[in-house]
Amino acid sequence: MTDQKEMEESQHHVVSPVIYLIVFGALLVFTALTVGASYVEMGIFNPIAAILIACIKAVIVVLFFMHVKYSSKLTKLTVIAGIFTFVTLISMTLADYISRAWGRW
Amino acid sequence: MSDSTAIAHSPHDAPEHGHEEHPAYLRHHFENVEQQADAAGFAMWLFLLTEVMFFGGLFTAYLIYRNWYYPAFVAASHQLDIFWGTLNTLLLISSSFTMAMGVWCAETRKKQGLVLCLVLTFILGIGFLGIKTIEYKEKIEKHHVPGFHYSLNSFLNPDTDEAAVKAGDKPLPLDMARHTEVYFSLYFAMTGMHALHMIIGIAILGFMIFRAQAGAYTAGHVTFVENFGLYWHFVDIVWIFLFPLLYLISRHANT
Repeated sequence: MTDQKEMEESQHHVVSPVIYLIVFGALLVFTALTVGASYVEMGIFNPIAAILIACIKAVIVVLFFMHVKYSSKLTKLTVIAGIFTFVTLISMTLADYISRAWGRW
Repeated sequence: MSDSTAIAHSPHDAPEHGHEEHPAYLRHHFENVEQQADAAGFAMWLFLLTEVMFFGGLFTAYLIYRNWYYPAFVAASHQLDIFWGTLNTLLLISSSFTMAMGVWCAETRKKQGLVLCLVLTFILGIGFLGIKTIEYKEKIEKHHVPGFHYSLNSFLNPDTDEAAVKAGDKPLPLDMARHTEVYFSLYFAMTGMHALHMIIGIAILGFMIFRAQAGAYTAGHVTFVENFGLYWHFVDIVWIFLFPLLYLISRHANT
């Protein structure tokens, strides 16, 4: 009973080449966008735009090229847990370095 | 000798075990093919998470040092050529696309298509490393490799350096100029580790091309191609972050 249900749930999904082509096109557009943005003077927003575009590209690759959008809940949870742990570690480290000389500048 | 081997293996070949028809590639400790594929995919993702943490440490070091020695990092990053960086990004994204198409070919059992995709991925990967070699060669010639022969000339006398003139760099004070070496240490550590991952990937691709020609991945068992695809896309994602951080974000920082 549950076996059958699980099998249906994890039915292997073949992603079509059309989606790969669209993703490929999107990645090229975002690459052009990020290079173009680096030539525009935006002050503090230059690095923010660059990292934002990089994050969008990474999410597209993870969802479609790496099939996470079509994967089992276990895979999705694994990926999210990994990103969460990484973001936690990096923000705690940066918070430490930012606040270490707090009030002494 | 051969007799004892035959006896040791005999329980597996015994008829009572083959109560159900199953493909030869299904290992006996799995219930079915789906479970086996899920387990392999899960394990691959766990490995990739350790890789995320590994590169994450390098990225964190880069962010902290960039904040500490900001003028040095800005001047040093002007030494990188955006043209080569962009071309390499395009090569790597294309190779990710051909790899994704390779996985599709394996899933739909197209042997010729799979071999073609793997060969294209292989060539694009080699192309990436070739361009990286051109960039490294320039760094060696300008003595921008950290170590005994490191030269501060480009940062103390920017008007003698073509790339520095183009970016409009002003001379850095000596103590700040010295910290450009930190930038290049991180540059070589990060792009070097990324290139090592590319070299390992290309070696596995070479092996896979031969196996694919023998029809190994187009008979229903695609786990190896799929998991290698995950690895290759991960290496692509690392570059997606390296490219803006090393090449792009400091373009305007001193005008």
